[in-house]
Amino acid sequence: MTARDLYQDMILAHNKNPRNFKQLEDATHVAHGVNPLCGDDFYIFLKISSDGLIEDIGFDGSGCAISKSSASMLTTALIGKTISEASTVKDGFIEMVTQDDCDQQAKDLLGKLKIFEGVKEYPIRVKCATLIWRAFESAVSADSNTVIDVSTE
Amino acid sequence: MSIADHSNLRAQFPVLKREGLAYLDSAASCQKPQSVIDTMTAFYQHDYATVHRGVYRLSQDSTTQYDGVRTKIKTLINAAHDREIIFTKGATEAINLVAACYGNTFFDEGDELIVSEIEHHANFVPWQQLALEKNLILKIIPVLDDGSLDMNAYQSLLSENTALVAIQHVSNVLGTIHPIKEMIQEAHTVGAKVLVDACQSVSHIAIDVQDLDCDFLCFSSHKFYGPTGVGVLYGKDQLLEQMPPYQLGGDMIESVTLEKTTYAKHPMRFEAGTPPIAEVIGLGAACDFVSAIGLDQIAKIEENLLKEATEKLLAIPGVRLIGTAKDKTAVISFLVDDIHPHDIGTVCDTQGVAIRAGHHCSQTTMTRYGVSATARASFACYNNSQDIDALIKAIKHLQEIFG
Repeated sequence: MTARDLYQDMILAHNKNPRNFKQLEDATHVAHGVNPLCGDDFYIFLKISSDGLIEDIGFDGSGCAISKSSASMLTTALIGKTISEASTVKDGFIEMVTQDDCDQQAKDLLGKLKIFEGVKEYPIRVKCATLIWRAFESAVSADSNTVIDVSTE
Repeated sequence: MSIADHSNLRAQFPVLKREGLAYLDSAASCQKPQSVIDTMTAFYQHDYATVHRGVYRLSQDSTTQYDGVRTKIKTLINAAHDREIIFTKGATEAINLVAACYGNTFFDEGDELIVSEIEHHANFVPWQQLALEKNLILKIIPVLDDGSLDMNAYQSLLSENTALVAIQHVSNVLGTIHPIKEMIQEAHTVGAKVLVDACQSVSHIAIDVQDLDCDFLCFSSHKFYGPTGVGVLYGKDQLLEQMPPYQLGGDMIESVTLEKTTYAKHPMRFEAGTPPIAEVIGLGAACDFVSAIGLDQIAKIEENLLKEATEKLLAIPGVRLIGTAKDKTAVISFLVDDIHPHDIGTVCDTQGVAIRAGHHCSQTTMTRYGVSATARASFACYNNSQDIDALIKAIKHLQEIFG
């Protein structure tokens, strides 16, 4: 596997110009994800309607290209989805980068997010890719208006 | 050293024959020469038995070899007595031992501890914790932009309340060699004790504990071409004499009755339980390896590598070095453009170049330089110009990708 297989153009583009890289003043759910071993450190802000629709997502913080682009692409993939739909994408993403036998159907649901599949070849970097997804998972599982801390260790 | 001689030296490290590998993470852990591997294997095959307990021949032979390494270490650092050398499971345990047995026994509320702003966590967290537990005052020596200590500040921190100065000899992040002899002299003028963390210096710089006059000094075997699982604590005879045991159990007692236990003298008092016997034997072989080449020769090889690597790195636009002190070992922390060090590390890895990326177990150093992480290339005597060229090529590839 070459460096380019991991650092594909779309990942590099999102790293350079992350989408929704902002705090949400009117967020209903917030979580703080930290990778203690490498220092990736991001907040995720979700605005979820009373009927469970994710109306907006923002993220803020610092980290490597993998963690930042993963966060950026999470926002574009999940805005407009219901919590239930978003959780299915989240489960599929985590399965894709952690399991060898992730089935094709699950991958197809991920669309553009499939470009992170190469991360699986770099076990130490899997936590970079999944950090924001774990933060998302914690944010939606908690009561609104509380900040949840998530650590990958 | 001639190129042919250096090739022979490098050939003693079997892992370096791995296809396409440029190993530049020796500050984290050194590779092992064949002699260390063979010595440990032969010991297990022919001489292994427990130490200090057996009345039988095999155990006596094992004990002789084990204690023989104590003498080798004494010679290596020029301690006055074998009994001043204590085997621990690593440098981390050695520092924790001093904190628990010396600090906890002899430091009182209001006493001051001095450490630097750029210590490895192993020489920072134990003192921070001890200060919390015993109401001691932890004072920090600030660091200048080039990575050297602010010696004026150090002098002003010393006072009659200073109980201990705990200081690295060489920074594991920046490579700075600190003027520890001068620092020890100054600490002693106010009656403070000094612990030197020699993890990053022992395989690069000749150490003479009597000349330095340090009170404690420690290092780990695995950064000294030896195996993991063993480290060394040197302590002055009269200090070790006064210290209570670290752990209680077998091998550290003098006599045990149902009513009362008395403890063995040092070093045994601090080596409870069956020690890492084969690892100590391996450390002895590492000592022989270093002595055979000579630390002066090793220092010359590494000085050349440092010079060449620094020049080649600085020739790449966008590369910035963190730590540029005049006196340095061959440890180079660097950043490339605005690329995160973990991405630097991963791209280097795809090119076969093994470097460290992260906070290097010294988050306070990262804070000092306003970064979350750095990439770090560190060199040992087995590295060569090809390793440097591989690093340079990998960084250029990185810049192409992230361009």
